[in-house]
Amino acid sequence: MKEINTKKLINFSINGTAAQAKEGWTVLDTARNMGIYIPTLCHHEAVEPIGACRLCVVEARQGNWSKVVVSCMYPPFEGVEIFTDSERVKNVRRWVLEMLLAQCPASREIKALAAEYGLKSTRFKIKNPEEQCILCGLCVRVCAEVVGVQAISLGSRGVLKHVSTPYMVPNKACIACGSCVSVCPTGAMQTRLDKVRGDISQRTGHGFAH
Amino acid sequence: MEKITNIEQLDLLKNSLRKARESGRQVVRVCLGPGCRAQGADKVAAAFRNAVRQQGLPVKVEPLIKETGCHGFCKEGPLVTLEPSGLFYSRVKPDDVEEIVEKTIKNNEVISRLLYSENGTVYKSAQEIPFYKMQKKIASRNVGDIDPLSIEDAIANGAYQAVAKAFASMTPEQVIKDVEVSGLRGRGGAGFPTGRKWRSAADAVKKHPGPVYVVCNGDEGDPGAFMDCVVMEGDPHSVIEGMIIAAYALGARQGFIYVREEYPFAIKNLTIAMEQARSAGLLGANIMGTGFEFDIRINRGAGAYVCGESTALFQSIEGKPGEPRAKYIRSVERGLWDRPTVLNNVETLANIPVIIENGGEWFSKIGPPNSTGTKAFSLVGKVKNVGLVEVPMGVPLSTIVEDIGGGIPGKKSFKAVQTGGPSGGCIPYKLKDVSVDFDSLTKIGSIMGSGGMIVMDDRDCVVDVARYFLRFLEEESCGKCLPCRLGLEAMLEFLDNFAQGKGSLEDIEELKSLAKAVQDGALCALGGSAPNPMLTTLEYFRDEYEAHIIEKRCPAGVCKDLITFHIDSEACTGCGLCASNCPQACITGEDKKPHEISQNACTRCGTCMDLCKFSAITVS
Repeated sequence: MKEINTKKLINFSINGTAAQAKEGWTVLDTARNMGIYIPTLCHHEAVEPIGACRLCVVEARQGNWSKVVVSCMYPPFEGVEIFTDSERVKNVRRWVLEMLLAQCPASREIKALAAEYGLKSTRFKIKNPEEQCILCGLCVRVCAEVVGVQAISLGSRGVLKHVSTPYMVPNKACIACGSCVSVCPTGAMQTRLDKVRGDISQRTGHGFAH
Repeated sequence: MEKITNIEQLDLLKNSLRKARESGRQVVRVCLGPGCRAQGADKVAAAFRNAVRQQGLPVKVEPLIKETGCHGFCKEGPLVTLEPSGLFYSRVKPDDVEEIVEKTIKNNEVISRLLYSENGTVYKSAQEIPFYKMQKKIASRNVGDIDPLSIEDAIANGAYQAVAKAFASMTPEQVIKDVEVSGLRGRGGAGFPTGRKWRSAADAVKKHPGPVYVVCNGDEGDPGAFMDCVVMEGDPHSVIEGMIIAAYALGARQGFIYVREEYPFAIKNLTIAMEQARSAGLLGANIMGTGFEFDIRINRGAGAYVCGESTALFQSIEGKPGEPRAKYIRSVERGLWDRPTVLNNVETLANIPVIIENGGEWFSKIGPPNSTGTKAFSLVGKVKNVGLVEVPMGVPLSTIVEDIGGGIPGKKSFKAVQTGGPSGGCIPYKLKDVSVDFDSLTKIGSIMGSGGMIVMDDRDCVVDVARYFLRFLEEESCGKCLPCRLGLEAMLEFLDNFAQGKGSLEDIEELKSLAKAVQDGALCALGGSAPNPMLTTLEYFRDEYEAHIIEKRCPAGVCKDLITFHIDSEACTGCGLCASNCPQACITGEDKKPHEISQNACTRCGTCMDLCKFSAITVS
């Protein structure tokens, strides 16, 4: 957890409770510091936030102005009122989770999270009952930002988006460190790891050369 | 051309070029805009050159053949105009060219067959035609007039005069002030005040000294929109000049024009124009001998619609996948390579030189107070005069569709207009007198957008229209955030059900709730505005949605699962037009006797219904 610098604090509120953030902190940083729960999937402290899963949305209000923002990236400003469970917020989370139930029905984490919002089933078409990946890109980011090898990336776009290695063949750049597996919020990377690193016993010389 | 090394030299050059023009030489302008080119205008232009060469006319009489940008009246293309007679010839074919040279150019005879006529009136010149009469051209002032590949032609028309004025008599601060006073709002869609954008970027640079960039957004991707394409192709110098002025105001030294690869002629003309400007000393190091340095690079977009979004566009220029990022820190502060960046649309930048030349005050008097100036629209769909129009802001929608556009062709009736492309809304006939400006359109649930205007008649089904735009965005979604990647697909599932007569009234409410979640939750404006076409059609045409769901009926006769076509044996004259055009060849009947449709083979494409002159095809 980041240290609070008491010199420069931004005063605002979360769910009516006074909150203080250091400059550079996001709403999520502050909420976690205060022990307020906001669900997240694509967020990990080791990498830069990208605001992709949108589960961490909160509503920011000031006077008549109101906006739904992602707490993992939103820098609070003096006097803003943050609501972590308003109707608009719950509406976004509920729909995202119902759609995720159809996207990755094999994920226990998604099922558990959906149950918190009263969702047991989905009305949308299930394409692959085995799917666990939510395409949050944490694996890709940790590989690039922390490990520094960029063995995997997100390929294609939109509904065709997928996690893969270049040309979809095992990538020698992979050092088989397993960081992608450990940050994966749904365990989907586990089944993909072998496709990324290939057969390690066949590697020669310095083996995991970049 | 000789390098221009001081500001007076530009004036001298302009005057001498103008003088040369006034020699009385005939000019033939052949429109090579996208519409005319598709109809073979390049062959017409080549035929003119050939014919003139073969005639061996003495130099003084030999006409100047100009291949210009879009004249606007695409429906009547290929278009040819002649100076000084002012004659306007429409639907010119290469075979007509010899006659034009022989009769009109050599003997001043008018070929009445090629003149445009409407409701029995024959028009000799473009200015008299209703389509042109009500327009006011600012951004596209030179398009169709100049040869875009000739910088001399542009300079004779006044190009780079505004840059000269800014350099000679204005400080960067005064330039920003003038743009603020003009009230110009971004023409790319969101309508953010351009002056304020420049001011914020200038402030950001003051706070964090270092590079600042000027970027031109030419990634026009809305279905049916081609305004920016026409400006870039027809008058590339106006865009370049606008960028130089922006660069001067901000102290930028590098600019980028992001053009989609699907616009090869825009890329070609811009590249040539930039080269000419560089060798004329109007771009690059030491512009006009003032010591000011600014150059532009073209970045070609690979065709991703989302790259029209500012942050995705920056990513793309930086060589990364075109995905937007959250804009809690605005791009005027942190844009390209995290430096202050001004991103303006093509049309916005094309307006800048005119504002600087005539003053912001002058510009602010055109149109209503909060939406000043003019706006270019590409008028497409079920409208008689398909083409490009530029009108002052604040004109009623009906003026554009009915007076300039000539209304709906055939016996069909005007149903709705989609403005703002897939992010915009569907404006019903009953709101046809709405003032076309940023705020009025937003108020009724649509947006101005970049200026695509798709007209629909009673053969267009709103459920189908909403599905079309949603499917377009689903394909173009970058897939980064879940509400967009999954939400658009989910909304489509609802609409696909409606189109098949499935679903319930509760589903409509659920769909609205999902739409709200997508609007609130999506990362960028692509997802955030994606529900607009569906929401506006639902608001204004709810009865049609209900007809699909409750009565299992598609009133417009479009949704294939809900319709069958029949031939009314009393109205059918047996002309055989439907039978000979049916792609399935499933219409049979004897000559001059009522025909019949074989329902088993019919794919419900509706060709027969659209073609029948006797309204004998019924849909049920």
